[in-house]
Amino acid sequence: MSAHAHILEVSEAPTGFVSKYIFSTDHKVIGIQYFLLGLTSVVIGVLLSVLMRIHLAWPAGRMPFLQGGIMTQAQYLSLVTMHGTLMAFFVLTTAPQSGFGNYFLPLQIGAPDMAFPHLNMLSFWITFLGLLCLISAFFVPDGAPISGWTAYTPLSGIGQITGPGEGYGQTVWILSIACFCIGSLMGSLNFIATTIDMRAPGMSLFRMPLTCWGWFLTAILMLLAFAVLLAAAVLLLLDRSLGTSFFLPAGIVVSDQLQHHAGGSPLLWQHLFWFFGHPEVYIAILPGLGVTSHVISTFCRKPLFGYREMVFANIAIGTLGFMVWGHHMFVSGMSPYSSFAFSLMTMAIGIPSAIKTFNWIGTLWGSRIHFDTPMLFAIGFVSLFVSGGLSGLFLAQPAVDNLVHATYFVVAHFHVVMGVAALFAVFAATYFWFPKMFGRMMNPTLGKIHFWFTFVGAYCIFMPMHFLGLVGGIRRYADYTAIAYLQPLRQLTMFVSIAAFVTAAAQLVFLFNFFWSLKHGAVAGKNPWNATTLEWTTDSPPPRDDFGAHYPSVYRGPYEFSVPGAREDFIPQNLEPAQVAREGQS
Amino acid sequence: MLTNLVSGNLVEIDEQVALLGRGGPPAGRSFDDGGSGPWRPSLPPPHTYTTGMLVAIFGSSMFFLALVSASVVHRGMPASDWMPLRPPSILWLTSAIAVASSLTLVRSTSRLKSGHDRSFSRWWTITAVLGLCFLGGQLFAFHQLEAEGVYLVSNPSVSFFYVFTVAHALHLLGGVIALLWIELRPSAHIPQDTATAVAALYWHFVTVLWLFLFLFFEIGG
Repeated sequence: MSAHAHILEVSEAPTGFVSKYIFSTDHKVIGIQYFLLGLTSVVIGVLLSVLMRIHLAWPAGRMPFLQGGIMTQAQYLSLVTMHGTLMAFFVLTTAPQSGFGNYFLPLQIGAPDMAFPHLNMLSFWITFLGLLCLISAFFVPDGAPISGWTAYTPLSGIGQITGPGEGYGQTVWILSIACFCIGSLMGSLNFIATTIDMRAPGMSLFRMPLTCWGWFLTAILMLLAFAVLLAAAVLLLLDRSLGTSFFLPAGIVVSDQLQHHAGGSPLLWQHLFWFFGHPEVYIAILPGLGVTSHVISTFCRKPLFGYREMVFANIAIGTLGFMVWGHHMFVSGMSPYSSFAFSLMTMAIGIPSAIKTFNWIGTLWGSRIHFDTPMLFAIGFVSLFVSGGLSGLFLAQPAVDNLVHATYFVVAHFHVVMGVAALFAVFAATYFWFPKMFGRMMNPTLGKIHFWFTFVGAYCIFMPMHFLGLVGGIRRYADYTAIAYLQPLRQLTMFVSIAAFVTAAAQLVFLFNFFWSLKHGAVAGKNPWNATTLEWTTDSPPPRDDFGAHYPSVYRGPYEFSVPGAREDFIPQNLEPAQVAREGQS
Repeated sequence: MLTNLVSGNLVEIDEQVALLGRGGPPAGRSFDDGGSGPWRPSLPPPHTYTTGMLVAIFGSSMFFLALVSASVVHRGMPASDWMPLRPPSILWLTSAIAVASSLTLVRSTSRLKSGHDRSFSRWWTITAVLGLCFLGGQLFAFHQLEAEGVYLVSNPSVSFFYVFTVAHALHLLGGVIALLWIELRPSAHIPQDTATAVAALYWHFVTVLWLFLFLFFEIGG
């Protein structure tokens, strides 16, 4: 069949507001929808964390909008749950992968759209439904659940009797996660099929930008991990609603009432959850690794050091990610032999991670670094990835983990390496691709102010938490003033809270810059960063079919910067060899 | 000296470009429609639907694998009160129906390839009807269990049995809807041979999945 026959004339490009911007099948609109969904979620998530920090700093402080005026311990735990769920699922999974991935994967591989545009639209709306379900947990009787983003059983499996929020709140939480799983599974199917089958002529796998590798591998991880979480969510819902006992053992007594369940295992939930949960960390970070590599190479004006090794390191990180879930369960009473195996595999992740760090430094080494805002955030990402990764090596050892499990040391570790690092990659991506998405540049001065406040602020928040954890600060306690041995660290807790307020306030600079630049930013041309990949060869923003009537062919790898003898310091991927301008040519 | 240096550089870039351009774009794979004009929605090449279905099958297998692993771990736990379930005898019949439906589907697709559209349609419909018979058989199996006093919450083994069979039945129901949809409302955009091939791939997956689950019940209880 001829290639031309694959393109069928069905209808004109949609012009109505609803079909163009709401129920759109355009991957670019869907990418922006996911991005805005992530942005809304992160605003709510940060506000929740600010409330938590206010309560930790002034436990007796009055909050007029709360019932009773003073935050209860249950309300604090519900904030913890909702903050974690929003951030892990609706921010760190949607923004880097579904947001930027949807927008830029087809553009970077030279495709007119995702493989299945209608499925793509459906993925977004199911994810949106998931977000609505989650937010509704605040408004159902007794409010949001208190069992954390990990929803450990038996607390999450029994129902209303186990505490406020464990009735309707926990049920809508599970429904929200189930929706999110289904949306993510559909999305990952689309990403994989698009990467395999929709690449432009000449775009071999090893000519793809590392961003595309990040999205492709993340999609595979999502396909495997969210299928397992969906299965676990179904079983948990049955335990709660139909009285089965998958996760609930016999003999549970709650409020002097013996529960009728028998024969289930809370540990089974932990195994299923963490079999999803650990790959979820890499689902959040792999797109970030890709963006960082891409931005560093572009702003160093230098080919990425060790491109192939970077790809294999990503594959190794993704593969090992499925073999280490047990390190979240060292204190669950597992056999020391299992602990040893999980510990060894976890530490092995340090090897591909070190390869990546080495290659980033190799790229930076001796280059003419352009310190534009995307580059600052990319370098910030490397710093956070290393800092957070190092504390991971501590936690990978059962002997140490037994000591600091469920303390602020763990909170500090995963926030630095997974939370803030991934957000830095999202910021780098936003500043980098904003001109392509909206045709205007973001303000560089405001960008730099945003970077420095966020970078210093993040370290001020999370470094002290390591010490807090080492002295035994338990992560979910709502009131530290009541614990004698933590009294000397009261000032430190206060410092963390103030750092959190300042850092959260600095995000207003980003929000202002984002929305102000949409209208008033300097007009960006096709290729304001002099970058090499295909998205920079089309208009800003790109037309409905990405490249106009003619689709690009690819002649070289993605990072051909400063090629000796070439007149420009970058050679776009689609430029025919004969068209490359050489030094001395007019 | 300068000339030498410049010419030296030119040689270098020629080598670089030759190297970077090696392979070039392969012929015969292009989304280029060869002209300009208004935007037109594009469709992926037909084999992409097969790729998509294979990925979906992979994800679905992972879902069932998680459930199978959970049940294996569950019964192996020290505190487990697992009581093996004797699967209802009608499952032998429904398994035979599942295999028969895959065979009729093979017959149907081969008739399509040889250009016998009416014969294709007949066998295609028989496959969908066999699918509905399978679902009826599964409902009867639930009825048999109920008649024996075995309910969803009687024991974890029964709970797992219901989860497996209902999840599989939903998959098969999706297959029946797909078969009927292709039969009654053929797509204007997807070639018929692609649609039937992809639906057949899914149908055979659901059959193999059932045989695996059936074997799992019979051996593991």
